[in-house]
Amino acid sequence: MERLEFAFGAGQPTLARTVTGVVASGDLEVLLEPGAAGLTSIAVQTSVDGYGATWKALLERVFADGALPAARIEINDNGATPGVVRMRIEQAFEEARS
Amino acid sequence: MTTHIEELLQRDSFIERSARSRAKALLDAGSMRELAGPFDRLHSPWLAMQQLVTQADDGVVVAKGLLAGQPTVVLAIEGAFQGGSMGEAGGAKIAGALELAARDNRRGIPTQAVILFETGGVRLQEANLGLAVIAEIQSAIVDLRRYRPVIGVSAGTVGCYGGMSIAAGLCSYLVLTREARLSLNGPQVIEQEAGIAEFDSRNRALIWGLTGGEQRFATGLADACVQDDTAEVRATLVGLFAQGLPERHRSERADDFLAALARVDTGTQSTPADVRTVYAKGAQ
Repeated sequence: MERLEFAFGAGQPTLARTVTGVVASGDLEVLLEPGAAGLTSIAVQTSVDGYGATWKALLERVFADGALPAARIEINDNGATPGVVRMRIEQAFEEARS
Repeated sequence: MTTHIEELLQRDSFIERSARSRAKALLDAGSMRELAGPFDRLHSPWLAMQQLVTQADDGVVVAKGLLAGQPTVVLAIEGAFQGGSMGEAGGAKIAGALELAARDNRRGIPTQAVILFETGGVRLQEANLGLAVIAEIQSAIVDLRRYRPVIGVSAGTVGCYGGMSIAAGLCSYLVLTREARLSLNGPQVIEQEAGIAEFDSRNRALIWGLTGGEQRFATGLADACVQDDTAEVRATLVGLFAQGLPERHRSERADDFLAALARVDTGTQSTPADVRTVYAKGAQ
């Protein structure tokens, strides 16, 4: 098990908080809460060690342009593939909007 | 065949829902309020010490709301997280919610409870704390069922095992699907402890034949065997709550069940049909 932390520039805070996914095999849980304007912080807890570079590359692809609302994100991952991680994050933002 | 597939596609599966989604689907639309939820971050302190990833709600959803207009608390166990195992935090959430429901009743609010059992039983990584909390859940069920029914549901696919199968046995009513299994020990545990001649854990027909939802209903250890259909699960719960408390709880008939079991010939492997005969004679 490994803990990783990331921060990215962002827009205005998200409006709502949401939880999506389950810490099931090959899945992950994403908790999304409004963050301070302009900053998204992400704390990852993952069952698979040694994939820090992959997490960084994936999260940069989603957050680097700073277009998403500012959020405090907690990710509890049980071996999800990058595609699943990305879909869960997008689902969380979508549910926070609706 | 086509109709059968169409029917399956149309069906709103209860099994495929997560714990949170199950709770929401059972309660009246818009009435659900989650207590001690994921943002309260009651993570298991013990899993992290053992290098295991935690879930923010520790695999238990406590949902307060209305069911057909009646105050209800739904306690949904997430079977996909750590096999639905009962740890200290998740178990305390269930026990605490049941205790508060009993207190509600003593104060004139007739709160009823639904427990969605999807659990392998105690979380071995939390050892005695998990066992202690299962005992608390059992006491709380017995306390609350004096006032309003406590209804257990096990839909599958995890089933209900260990100390939590005893908790299920203490419920006023128990609802299962064909996919559910209810047993004190799981198939692999029995095979490991008693040998493959006693129980072959790879024999799915044997497992479901003896411990599956249909058999448990036929032997009087469950009160309903329903389709994997959200609307049917909900309607069954509403119907059972409307019946009120049973005349005698199943656990108060333990002597009848024991008398039936005492007549079993353990020299030969029982078939599902044998078991039905045994219970039919004894559980009257």
